[in-house]
Amino acid sequence: MKSLAELKAIKDRMRDKIVIREGANDTRVVVGMATCGIAAGARPVLNAFVEAVNNEGLYEKVTVSQTGCIGFCQLEPIVEVFEPGKEKVTYIKMTPEKVSEVVEKHLKGGKVVTEYTVASAN
Amino acid sequence: MIRAHVLICGGTGCTSSGSKTLQEAFNKNIADFGLEEEVKLVQTGCFGLCALGPIVIVYPDGTFYSRVTADDVKEIVEEHLLKGRIVERLVYRDTGTDEIVEKARENVSLNDTAFYKSQKRIVLRNCGVIDPDNIEEYIAMDGYAALGKALTEMTPEDVIKVVSDSGLRGRGGGGFPTGRKWALCAPNKADQKYVVCNADEGDPGAFMDRSILEGDPHAVIEAMAICGYAVGATKGYVYVRAEYPIAVNRLQKAIDDAKEYGLLGKNIFDSGFDFDLEIRLGAGAFVCGEETALMTSIEGNRGEPRPRPPYPAVKGLYNSPTVENNVETFANIPQIILKGVEWFTSMGTERSKGTKVFALGGKIEHTGLVEIPMGTTLREIIYDIGGGIPNGKTFKAAQTGGPSGGCIPASLIDTEVDYDNLVSIGCMMGSGGLIVMDEDSCMVDMAKFFLEFTVDESCGKCTPCRVGTRRLLELLDKITDGKGTLEDIDRLENLCNYIKQNSLCGLGQTAPNPVLATLKFFRDEYIAHVVDKKCPAGVCKNLLSFTIDPDKCIGCGKCAKNCPVDTIVKTDYVAPGHKLASYKIEQAKCIKCGACMSGCKFGAITKK
Repeated sequence: MKSLAELKAIKDRMRDKIVIREGANDTRVVVGMATCGIAAGARPVLNAFVEAVNNEGLYEKVTVSQTGCIGFCQLEPIVEVFEPGKEKVTYIKMTPEKVSEVVEKHLKGGKVVTEYTVASAN
Repeated sequence: MIRAHVLICGGTGCTSSGSKTLQEAFNKNIADFGLEEEVKLVQTGCFGLCALGPIVIVYPDGTFYSRVTADDVKEIVEEHLLKGRIVERLVYRDTGTDEIVEKARENVSLNDTAFYKSQKRIVLRNCGVIDPDNIEEYIAMDGYAALGKALTEMTPEDVIKVVSDSGLRGRGGGGFPTGRKWALCAPNKADQKYVVCNADEGDPGAFMDRSILEGDPHAVIEAMAICGYAVGATKGYVYVRAEYPIAVNRLQKAIDDAKEYGLLGKNIFDSGFDFDLEIRLGAGAFVCGEETALMTSIEGNRGEPRPRPPYPAVKGLYNSPTVENNVETFANIPQIILKGVEWFTSMGTERSKGTKVFALGGKIEHTGLVEIPMGTTLREIIYDIGGGIPNGKTFKAAQTGGPSGGCIPASLIDTEVDYDNLVSIGCMMGSGGLIVMDEDSCMVDMAKFFLEFTVDESCGKCTPCRVGTRRLLELLDKITDGKGTLEDIDRLENLCNYIKQNSLCGLGQTAPNPVLATLKFFRDEYIAHVVDKKCPAGVCKNLLSFTIDPDKCIGCGKCAKNCPVDTIVKTDYVAPGHKLASYKIEQAKCIKCGACMSGCKFGAITKK
């Protein structure tokens, strides 16, 4: 080890691999992964979220986890976004393509993508 | 992309309760469900709640599963990792009634449990969080940043000043100021100086240093290099007992990795500073935990102490100036360098700063490893963190400091635990073993237990210790046999003081402490043994008798079958309402094993 920069490079490279163990962040993205969710394609959605959150460097702020059946099986895959001090946002019929949009606009930009939310179902 | 981490405790406690087979089961099930790309399995050091092992934690939610068996693994993988449903039946729940526990019960995360909430984990910060075999995980948690800072931004004098100002004191038990130790060594000129880490943890019931080495070995390596820089030493030794195989293996791997990454060796951080580190295995002699005996042992000689002065700072290992610190002391150093004096001194009491790690054992619900700020009361440690005394029994005393320590009686349970408070009540901090005793523990027997240990472990070099401790043990044997007199108690006390004053090293000087402390707080128990010929706790066999209540005995004969010496016989007496004649114990042949009593379903046998 010749320099602090070298040490920092390792730290930065490892940081996203270990930050998950510091417990849940304030912002949580929860993917419904019951049988209904999985059947409707929730796993690729979950993985797309994990990947996008990491690639966008949001891992210190956003935790991606799963939950069981949310109860609206015909609207699966369902994703809920919890942010401190804000109303819960529920996205429905999610796909990996929609995920990148939600990450970009909502998690990064702070703007809810209303056309994918449960409110748009009616 | 990894979305969940499964942490399995690989400390000694959980390893012996089967965490290795869990790892295999997880690997298999994760593969079966096709989750290899999404879930990462990590073996960590000790989480602290050894009583509930094997322990598994799942992140990001931090779900804390206890007493997991290989049969449970499929359910955790399928339900939790695949479907996101927590396996409720395996989640650890606090027991108790106070508010903090009530609140914690709503959560499943480890950090919300009462056991963790009252702790302050500095030394143990990485234990149970990182993989101790992975140097990069340590670096991710700011590892080696303190060494980098010391070597590139600070002079050796700066480092010593920070350590001195932090008020850090030796965690091995003595409580000598660490900064002063370093400052005493630094100015001494020599071709070669040494840094030695004392990992010869020998107190019965103590496993703090072992757990640190198993869970976060790099913290000790980093600290030793910082110490080397501060005092001008380029060579270090870790003296650890061979009976700690997991600790030794992980430490060796950590040293090898640190060398490969250039964090040990030549010209570290391009500063011109060289530091090399080696492990020396001890054979397990208690006396080798004494600093001069330890160094004699590293030199390849029989582990015997030598008189001080000269102190190691002047003439230590191979007659060169040497700094010797304990594992836990070292593990504090990187944090102090990184976070500063103010941060460290904000924790603790006036003269004892920071935290202390304790190994909780004995009659306590949560056997395990805890780290608390100095000044926490014994009551908080035992009841809030430790979960109290099992089976509704009453707390009687806590033994600290092992064979060199004393005990804190129930009347002093609100004592704030720090170096000086414990000394002022005739006890000592010790290295951190804390053995809890309830109403069923005999204090004379406890003192005898530790004396047996020191008699075995006395190296024999000086007479007060070699002969004196044996005479002490004989007196205690006499008292617990019911043959003691009041004069024996005085004799015991005098001999204790003599051994304390005249022994060569710490082993002998502290060996009488368990006797003196119990005499101070539980003299009435000694008197009961010699005057009434009774053991109030019902432990000392020769002062006990087992009897059968003929009116409660239904005559089933189970006790007679259980008796290994055939001393239980049938009588002619048939109690009213019973069909068979009762049994009785012939006292002369009774060996007081208690097999009759534990087998009796009718509560007819009592112990007095």
